[in-house]
Order: sequence, then C-alpha cells, then structure tokens
Amino acid sequence: MRHRPRGEHIIRFDGVGLRYGLGPEVLQDINFALPSGSFHFLTGASGAGKSSLLRLMYLGLRPSRGRVMLFDKDIALTKRYELPALRRRIGVVFQDFRLLDHLSALDNVALPLRVRGVRESEVHKHVPELLGWVGLAEHLNARPSTLSGGQKQRVAIARAVIGRPDLLLADEPTGNVDDHIAMRLLYLFEELNKLGTTVVIATHNEHLVGRFAHHSRLHLEHGTVRQGS
Amino acid sequence: MFGRRSELPLKGDATSKFLPWLVALMVYLSAVAVAAVFVLNGLIDRWDRDVAGTLTVQVMPVPGESGDALTEERVRQAVELIRRTHGVEAVRALDKRQITALLEPWLGSADVVKDLPLPRLIDVSVDPGVRLDLGLLAERLGKAVPGVSLDDHRVWLSRLINLSRTTGWVAIAIVVLIGCVTSATVIYATRTGMAVNRGIIEVLHLIGARDDYIARQFADRAFALGFAGGVLGLALAVPTLTMIGWAARRVEGGFLPQLTVSLPGWVVVALLPLAAALLAMLTARLTVHGTLARMP
Ligand SMILES: Nc1ncnc2c1ncn2[C@@H]1O[C@H](COP(=O)(O)OP(=O)(O)OP(=O)(O)O)[C@@H](O)[C@H]1O
Ligand SMILES: [Mg+2]
Repeated sequence: MRHRPRGEHIIRFDGVGLRYGLGPEVLQDINFALPSGSFHFLTGASGAGKSSLLRLMYLGLRPSRGRVMLFDKDIALTKRYELPALRRRIGVVFQDFRLLDHLSALDNVALPLRVRGVRESEVHKHVPELLGWVGLAEHLNARPSTLSGGQKQRVAIARAVIGRPDLLLADEPTGNVDDHIAMRLLYLFEELNKLGTTVVIATHNEHLVGRFAHHSRLHLEHGTVRQGS
Repeated sequence: MFGRRSELPLKGDATSKFLPWLVALMVYLSAVAVAAVFVLNGLIDRWDRDVAGTLTVQVMPVPGESGDALTEERVRQAVELIRRTHGVEAVRALDKRQITALLEPWLGSADVVKDLPLPRLIDVSVDPGVRLDLGLLAERLGKAVPGVSLDDHRVWLSRLINLSRTTGWVAIAIVVLIGCVTSATVIYATRTGMAVNRGIIEVLHLIGARDDYIARQFADRAFALGFAGGVLGLALAVPTLTMIGWAARRVEGGFLPQLTVSLPGWVVVALLPLAAALLAMLTARLTVHGTLARMP
C-alpha cells in the first residue's frame, strides 16, 4: 500500500470554470479541497454539472479557467507524459459504464492492470476474486451486451477499484441496482475508503445519502459547489 | 511482436481487407524497380570497364602552306584542354616522327609517309577510379578545337552509361514514391481505425494507458498486414523477374550481356516485404502518437 499522509489534500479546485465549446459556463467559480482519505457524496439536480465536475477530476477535460491541483500537482503545469501515472491513481465509474463490448467481463476489469503491465498470473488471481465479490462469479466470460444494467454497473465498479486507486470517482454507481445491491456497493466503497482511498460519489439518491449521512456532501447548484457535512 | 495482447478490435476491420492488397501491389512494383536498378548497375559496371583505361584523340591535319604550324597549334590546345579535365592522368601527343614510325611497317619507306597528310594522335590515360564523361569531353573538345575527334564507340558507350545512370535514379525515385504512397495509405487507414474505435481509445486513455500502449496495438496490426501484403507482392514479383531474365537470355547478343538480377539484387528484393511492414508499422505508430497528442 502506498504511503498517503493524512490531512493533505488529494484534490483541490481554485476558481475553476468550465464551458463546453462556445457554450455558457456550466461550472463557474468552483472552490473546494478534499482531504486525503475522505468520503463525499456529490449531489445536485440533473444537469447541475456533476458529471462535468467529475470529468475535470479524472482529467477527462481541462478547465476553461482556474487551477486544478491533483495529488499536489498543478495539472496545467504537468507534462503530458506524467499524466498517465496520475490517471492510474484514479478509479472511475462512468455514468454510462463505458465497458468494452468486445471483451469479456473479466477482460474489462483486467484493463487497468494490463495497462500497467501487471503479470497475467496476478490478473487471473485478483480479477475473478473481485468479480465474485460483486456477485458476478458466474459471469466472468460474459460480454457486457449480455449482462443486465445492474450487472454492467458492477463490472464498471470492479474495473474502477481493481487497481486500488487513491481516488475513486463514481458517477451514479447505484442508478441501476436495487437497494440491497446499492448498499452492498456502498459498503465496498467504504471498505476501500478505510484502506485509504478518497471517494467521491455523484448521486441523485437522497435516500442513500441519508443512510450514509455521516459522510460529507458536496452540493452543486448554479454552477458552484457548496461543501457541507 | 505477434501474439501481444490487444484491446482494440482491429482484426477484421475494413483496413485488413484493402491494406494487404495495396502493399502487395506496391511491393510488386518496387521489386521490379529495384531489379531494374541492379540490372542497370551491372551493365554500367561492365561498360565502365570498357570505357576506362586509355583512349585516343585524333587531330585532323590542316592542309595548305602553314598547315603544319596550325595543326601543331591545335594539338597543343587539345592537349591543354584534356590535361585540365578531371580524371585524366596523363596526356601525350605523338609527334610526327612517332606516327610515321608507327606506320612504317605497313607503308614502308619513311620518305613517302612523311609527305602524307596524316592525322595527329594524342594518347590519354584515364584514372580508372574516376568516371570520365566522354560525351562531355568530346563536346568540349569539338567546340574549342576544330578538327578534333574522340574515339566514337567509347563516346557512345559513355552516353549510354549516362542514360542508364539516369534511369537508375528514376527507378530509385519511383521506389521512394511508392514508399510515400504506402505511408499515406497507412496514415489514412490508421486515422480511420482510430475514429471507429474512438470510445475504446478514450477509455484506455482515461484508465492511464500511455500513448504508446495504444499506438503499439495499431503498429502491430499494421506490421502484420504490411508483411502479409508484402509476401504476396513478392510471390508475384519473383516469377515476373525470372521470366524477364529468361527472355533476355534468349535474345542474348554482345550488347545486352546480362539482363539478370545479381544475388545482392535478389537479397534486396527479398527484404522488400519486411521493409514495407516496418514502414507501415512506423507510420501507424507515429500517426497514433500524433492524434493522441491532441487528447487532454
Ligand atoms: N459534452 C458536452 N457538450 C456540451 N454540453 C454538455 C456536455 N456534457 C454536458 N453538457 C452540459 O453541461 C451541463 C451539465 O451536465 P452534466 O452531465 O455535468 O450534469 P449532471 O449533473 O451530471 O446531470 P445528470 O444528473 O443528469 O447526470 C448540462 O447543461 C449539459 O447540457
Ligand atoms: Mg451526470
């Protein structure tokens, strides 16, 4: 396990704004800092910009203005060849999963490991174990197109956490599963959080946020973020 | 290089249908061009040997009163000009006495010969290491000194060598051009492949794949397709070249001594599929890197 000094900020936004192309600013003046090892829900109405904010956090987009600090590095000043190393420390569950349809569930989950050059023997040890944990032991070789929405979501989550990320970003990770499985997934995120992973979960599900009310909340409204607990 | 893992579904896409055929055609044409270069070089070497060594320049005698002095002057001018030519080792004008001595065994009495209007001869030895352009020398001599002529057969051979050499360069230019066309096609095919698999590439990128991880998958594919096409092209080129050589041997005269490809020529031709595959691989790799550099 990597050494992570507690109390330091794993990610920090200063005066960040974002616009798509020539459109209006979707995010305006975003300021917040997440301490290493913290757990947050990111809430806000549909279209408030939750996915956009996560996209900025996982380096899928560059801000139109302001400064993004990730793992104590100013992204604007980071060399292109250094970015993959930063991205490998982030696990992402995309809102639309983004599974590769021509690969089996196992190969999808193995991606982050293979990209890192992890040995195949390791891959074949850890990936089935994790897929078993999310209840997909029977579906290791299934193509995503043959899985249900909830099963796809669990494959996507397994892919996000297989590399033991320092930062886990999940966009509506419980949107397609029943309450029982949603709880189970959140427990998985909490387990990871206990191991030191900083977790940010974007969700509409107030019921779920209420069940885990001890975690802090980032609320998006009118293009800015309000940090509460 | 082969059997390496690939997350991109590049097998069986449109590229794999047309690229090998294109590369096959390109390798076929290159093989013919390369063979032509080697055949021409063989001919040039042989002709060069015929041209090298010594050659003779004739100065026609000027008739009339002051003819002797004028002829003498022309010989001097010609010698001067030849001496200044690059590649000439020695120039020696044979004087009248030497020429009559040469002719004596045939014409007998020296007295008769003395009064004949004999052409004057200049002996030129050429450095064998230097490719003397005899056509050019003949032209310059003809312009500067009237009544001078150079050994005709050799001037003609020299011109033929120049022509062959130019043709050789044209053939090499054709091979380079073929390489460029192949590269351009691979660039187009790679860009298309990237556009088709855009979503997958984005996921790999966001997961933390280095650009080269993605580029390598395209490069491996381009190598495999290029090599398959190249081997096919070679398989078609070998019978063609053998048949040309066979046909040439049947018309074999003194003039076209060896219209066959030498062993080094065959080696180069045999390496063409590999060269095509490497070119395709390198091009694909650079193309992917260029395109990915625009991603955040
Ligand atoms: N690729 C894009 N190009 C242009 N505009 C976009 C793009 N993605 C999002 N937007 C706009 O940005 C705004 C925020 O969208 P975003 O997807 O971040 O909201 P969200 O909070 O995730 O919504 P939801 O809860 O429905 O997922 C919306 O107005 C949307 O139209
Ligand atoms: Mg969203």
